[in-house]
Amino acid sequence: MLSLCILAATLAVVPLIYIFFYTTGAGLTSLNFDFFTALPKPFGEEGGGMVNAIVGTIILIGLGGLFGIPIGILTGIYVSEYSGSLMSNVVKFITDVLSGIPSIVIGIFAYGLIVLPMQRFSALAGGFALGILMIPTVTRITEEMLKLVPHTLREASLALGISRWKTTLRITLRTASSGIITGILLAIARAAGETAPLLFTSFGNSFWSTSLDQPMASIPVQIFNYAISPYDEWHRKAWAGAFVLISIVFIVNLIVRVVTRNKYSGSV
Amino acid sequence: MQEVLINTDIVAEENIPDKSKKGFVALSTEGLTVTFDSRPAISDVNISFLKNKVTSIIGPSGCGKSTLLRSFNYMHDLIPKSEVTGKITVLGKNINEYDSVGLRKKVGMVFQKPNPFPTLSVFENVIAGLKYTGNNKKSELEEICENVLKLSGLWDEVKDRLKVSALALSGGQQQRLCIARTLAVSPDIILMDEPTSALDPISTSKIEESIFHLKQNYTLIIVTHNMQQAARISDYTAYMYLGKLIELASTRKIFTSPSEKLTEEYITGKFG
Amino acid sequence: MFFALSIIFVVLLIIYEMFIDSAPSREKFGFGFIFSSDWEPVKEEFGALTFIYGTVVSSLIALAIALPISIGVAVFLSEIAGKTVGTSIGFLIEILAAIPSIIYGFWGIFVLAPYMRESFQPFLQNYLGFIPLFQGTPFGFGMMTAGIILAIMITPIISSITRDVLKAIPVSQREAAYALGSTKWEAIKMALLNAKSGILGATVLGLGRAVGETMAVTMVIGNRAQIKTSLFEPAYSMASVIANEFAEASGQMHISSLIEVGLILFGVTFIINSLARFLIFSVTKKADMK
Repeated sequence: MLSLCILAATLAVVPLIYIFFYTTGAGLTSLNFDFFTALPKPFGEEGGGMVNAIVGTIILIGLGGLFGIPIGILTGIYVSEYSGSLMSNVVKFITDVLSGIPSIVIGIFAYGLIVLPMQRFSALAGGFALGILMIPTVTRITEEMLKLVPHTLREASLALGISRWKTTLRITLRTASSGIITGILLAIARAAGETAPLLFTSFGNSFWSTSLDQPMASIPVQIFNYAISPYDEWHRKAWAGAFVLISIVFIVNLIVRVVTRNKYSGSV
Repeated sequence: MQEVLINTDIVAEENIPDKSKKGFVALSTEGLTVTFDSRPAISDVNISFLKNKVTSIIGPSGCGKSTLLRSFNYMHDLIPKSEVTGKITVLGKNINEYDSVGLRKKVGMVFQKPNPFPTLSVFENVIAGLKYTGNNKKSELEEICENVLKLSGLWDEVKDRLKVSALALSGGQQQRLCIARTLAVSPDIILMDEPTSALDPISTSKIEESIFHLKQNYTLIIVTHNMQQAARISDYTAYMYLGKLIELASTRKIFTSPSEKLTEEYITGKFG
Repeated sequence: MFFALSIIFVVLLIIYEMFIDSAPSREKFGFGFIFSSDWEPVKEEFGALTFIYGTVVSSLIALAIALPISIGVAVFLSEIAGKTVGTSIGFLIEILAAIPSIIYGFWGIFVLAPYMRESFQPFLQNYLGFIPLFQGTPFGFGMMTAGIILAIMITPIISSITRDVLKAIPVSQREAAYALGSTKWEAIKMALLNAKSGILGATVLGLGRAVGETMAVTMVIGNRAQIKTSLFEPAYSMASVIANEFAEASGQMHISSLIEVGLILFGVTFIINSLARFLIFSVTKKADMK
């Protein structure tokens, strides 16, 4: 039994280590300065990079975060501070539903809502899809972090004649802020790797573009297009992109680990 | 007003000056009942608290002391399925005439465990109640901060450390910080819910000392499980048992010749 | 308050929009859409059966592999490993859950699929070739590879929730088992039995993730709309067909049919996730009350 359990743990961890080191190995050898500064070259020409996709991913996440993060936080506040009411249970359930919707379905939603009326793929649609995907992550972590704030602090603030809204904003939220920031980081890391909802919203772009009403490149979509191509040169570019993505995920998770550890050990 | 007079009569006659009795009542209740999920925590409590006096509420745990206290500043609002019935008069006005923010500014509260705001400095903690309700004049805030820290006996210990996090203070200092924070809003009545139960004896004596000074300007209502403390600090003492007010009298009378048998049994340690 | 309501609005809008946009296809094909395996954009004949089949089978393969491994991992993390080993492996597995699916897919194309084609599938064929599931040409890209990559992806979810559920069982119950003279393994067995609805919830949640997974599956499943007994054969899943055809869909009926596939996908994941939440909730709620 013991050996079975250890075998299971090994089986679960080995793919991670394999994927991680394979991506790192393949990515590092293909990664160079040009990757971060140069535009993609058409097939047949050596060199080039992904700067348009990197900037694109940043813009798309920025757009998504612009509305995904505030809605996520406010919903988290509502679920936590008004917990117990029927409405907050409904909202909590809906958040769970939203987090379970396949991201490709969110892509269809953004397509119908933005691409169809505009009659073209656009960064706006991609950013919108990423924003929707960020909401449940931010909501859940906001709720959890707010619930960690001792109830006595809210009472203390209310007892001073500070209104409920200001108490939440100035005292509760501020106390939970470091935890909420980690939640936002997690949401960003997740959004950075999302591919499916971008395929037919922001689409892709081999050229430099920062206009929001035009198709826009992004790292994951670029990886996908390169990965399914038959050219070795493009595969190398894709590995470099994969390495960048996996590094973002790894670093963010590490930060979250460290921050939340402090959170639990520090007494309030 | 008539009822209020009757209630004051219940309060130990010997210590009440004859002149204008009604002006001396800071807070009173009539038929106060609080239920949680339709189970009563306190029922039909009639009690009065005199201005500029310290009144202690004692009784075995679960008797409703804290429930009574928390109904004086709408703290039950926070608990779902709680219901408060009966009449509460605060500073001559029915409690219904206050909104929760207005009431809590008149009736401050200090809690069992020190609960300074962890992300704020000592100074910011003291002025939190003013700042977040709209007062932003820095010089004024600094002056108030110094005054209330002096009142709570903390000024000398923290005057050079106003910018440090409130969590850097010791437990006893934190509790005095919480008292200062409550004073800063300039309430008339201060509720204290077992303010020293989480503290060591030295910190306790410092807080008791500041309570003694505070009654010149404030009305204090203190819940305590410590009978010696009630005897040391309060002018009046109320004894509660199973959600009912059993007796309210001058502290001396309660501890020397209580009129109720239940009170006597508790005081003499037969139970509780 | 307003924002909290906006989230409800968003979800309702998603449902409404997909419902409206799939109207042409729903009206033309009716329920036959689910039972037809024709998918011919040129003739405007659409039926989702092959995709539903691909999604269901690849997800079931994934569950069959991931469930025993996840329970082993959860028991290892919650009952056997010490604090340091437990938290570090737990951390590794959390990262595994956070790796973007595009990277799994990419790795699948270049490492897993060739390995399947050259070693694992011929091996199965040699020894278990009498079973129809393991017959035919080992393509590498196909149902089995998709199932395995999904298994890798859902193991972290199932194992971390199972671990939490096991940890939520009160110590007193464990002590009671020991007090009756149980060995450690008997006590663990009892804990697993006690936690069974929570583990079921974790499994169902993993299933929901597998059903909705798009990129990794798209990259290794072979993308051929067919229903074959052999697991070596290429197949197609609901999410993959949307990912592959949506951007280049020809004509309104094609788009509308793809959106109807999306609507089915949404409905299935919605039911699966609600069920999972309910099961997990019922366990942790009980633990909270103790």
